[in-house]
Amino acid sequence: MSLHILVLAKQVPDTRNVGKDAMTPEGTVNRAALAAIFNPEDLNALEQALRLKDLHPGSTVTILTMGPFRAAEIVREALYRGADNGYVLSDRAFAGSDTLATSYALSCAIRNLPETDLIICGRQAIDGDTAQVGPQVAEKLGWSQVTYAEEIISVENGRIRVKRRIEKGVEVLDGKLPMVVTVNSSATNCRPRNAKRLMKYKYARIPNELQASNEDYMNLYSNRDFLNIGEWSVNDIVCEPQQLGLSGSPTKVKKIENVVFQSKESKTFTDADTDIEGLIQELISNHTIG
Amino acid sequence: MNNIFVYCELEDGLVGDVSLELLTKGRTLANQLNCQLEAVAIGSNLTGIEKQLFPYGVDVLHVADDSRLAPYTTLPHSSILIKLFQEEKPQIALMGATSVGRDLGPRVSSALHSGLTADCTALEIGSHEDKKAEKVYENLLYQIRPAFGGNIVATIINPDCRPQMATVREGVMKKEILDPNYTGTVHNLKVADYVSDTDFVVSVIERHMEASKINIKSSPIIVSGGYGVGSKDGFKLLFDLASVLGAEVGASRAAVDAGYADHARQIGQTGVTVRPKLYIACGISGQIQHIAGMQESSLIIAINNDPNAPINAIADYVITGDVETVIPKLIKYYKKNSK
Repeated sequence: MSLHILVLAKQVPDTRNVGKDAMTPEGTVNRAALAAIFNPEDLNALEQALRLKDLHPGSTVTILTMGPFRAAEIVREALYRGADNGYVLSDRAFAGSDTLATSYALSCAIRNLPETDLIICGRQAIDGDTAQVGPQVAEKLGWSQVTYAEEIISVENGRIRVKRRIEKGVEVLDGKLPMVVTVNSSATNCRPRNAKRLMKYKYARIPNELQASNEDYMNLYSNRDFLNIGEWSVNDIVCEPQQLGLSGSPTKVKKIENVVFQSKESKTFTDADTDIEGLIQELISNHTIG
Repeated sequence: MNNIFVYCELEDGLVGDVSLELLTKGRTLANQLNCQLEAVAIGSNLTGIEKQLFPYGVDVLHVADDSRLAPYTTLPHSSILIKLFQEEKPQIALMGATSVGRDLGPRVSSALHSGLTADCTALEIGSHEDKKAEKVYENLLYQIRPAFGGNIVATIINPDCRPQMATVREGVMKKEILDPNYTGTVHNLKVADYVSDTDFVVSVIERHMEASKINIKSSPIIVSGGYGVGSKDGFKLLFDLASVLGAEVGASRAAVDAGYADHARQIGQTGVTVRPKLYIACGISGQIQHIAGMQESSLIIAINNDPNAPINAIADYVITGDVETVIPKLIKYYKKNSK
């Protein structure tokens, strides 16, 4: 049975590798010092999709991301690793979306696809760590969901078996397609780029990235359709504009407080109770722990 | 109407600690807002469950008892909460930031179009002025959480949508019995009115305990031990501290070679390289091979009885003392000072 699998992915600032220069002296986040990467758990999700494609010949793996135009980078990355095609959902109308407005926009875009049997995405993105978009997309589509998945064990005759990694152990669930599965970082790492695919998709672009003035270059895209990455704006999806962006977001950010890191001057403490308690209070008040 | 609801996680007939912690917090918030605290228990064989919950100050307990409702699966539990919330219109709904709460919460919030804030570290009541709309909101739930990999702390509000939903991790709030003799009322739900057969499309076919693979690389806090910890038993203290802080345990090569810790935990040139937010080095002298694997940590605390240990040169905080004296104190004062 061939499957139509959709992988949802996000391009995120690399908050895990926060070096010393990632914070400005004033204690704000220096975004320029953080690389934009493929959200790590979304790569775990991509691998699960590619494995199913290996097992079920004729299957397709499509990748969908919402973000600025540069998010096309992660679509190319997915193509290099084995995805068949991809779409970037990008529009100013989506700016300021919380998880609910994001899920709404994604679910509208997913309805554009002719057929989808299974949606796989990372459990959470490292910039927000909310783990909400997967289940909310499932709810918007009216599909069932399995979160915290470590392995998709099998997909046979419209049924799916998934191993979930939860706090104290594992659970194996049996369900029916279509379904949304969100994948943990404990799942298998994603396969690396394939050299042949890298050569093939190196020039894959969304329309916004193309240099329209260069004719030879533009011919490349009319002759080789596989180089065209899909690009959708708010006009390409059927949606209620009120549900998008800031107006579609029930949560608002009232205040942002930066976590200020101390300058590199070490403080010395003894093992006396007062010293240790003072240290703990300092760490809690600057949000290092707690 | 307009009360505070806490979804209670159940395992083998016992209410999870995270839920009791939320009830304790919920009680405080309910007193501040002058409303009632209500709990929801969904599962199987729940007779007498109120005895575990009323002492925490629960005024109304909604019980959905059906053999199909345990173990937890997403759809039936969501359907019950969605309908119950539509009927009861809570102003605040809290659940644990666990594999259950983080599976259920987003689903419910999406269906109700209400905001949800994940993994809050503090919950407070406050007001908000929307200058554009010239509107002042009183008694909103401030949902405070770290974001951006812990580099910022954000205060989130839901001005217009109800319920205001939040999840909180286990151990973040304090668990405290209000009054052992406190009693509320039990409201038994007619399960068939809340779920449909199609909600049972996903079933759990196997569950077992299994230790997860060690993954120190992605942990934001690492408690790491060296030869100075002295023994495998000494490492138990490190595991205690790690479990309190939500951290992973790492080790230096000397400690691994001495058999104090698994090879998978080794940090340094021949082990893994880590860049956590906080690195607590216990009894590690700081050989260059070890430092190569952890020097990019954002904050380093060194605990060592040698005031001249090389690790102290790169540490932000140096505690001079024995690991076995300092760690229990760290645990004690962390528990005392954390919310």
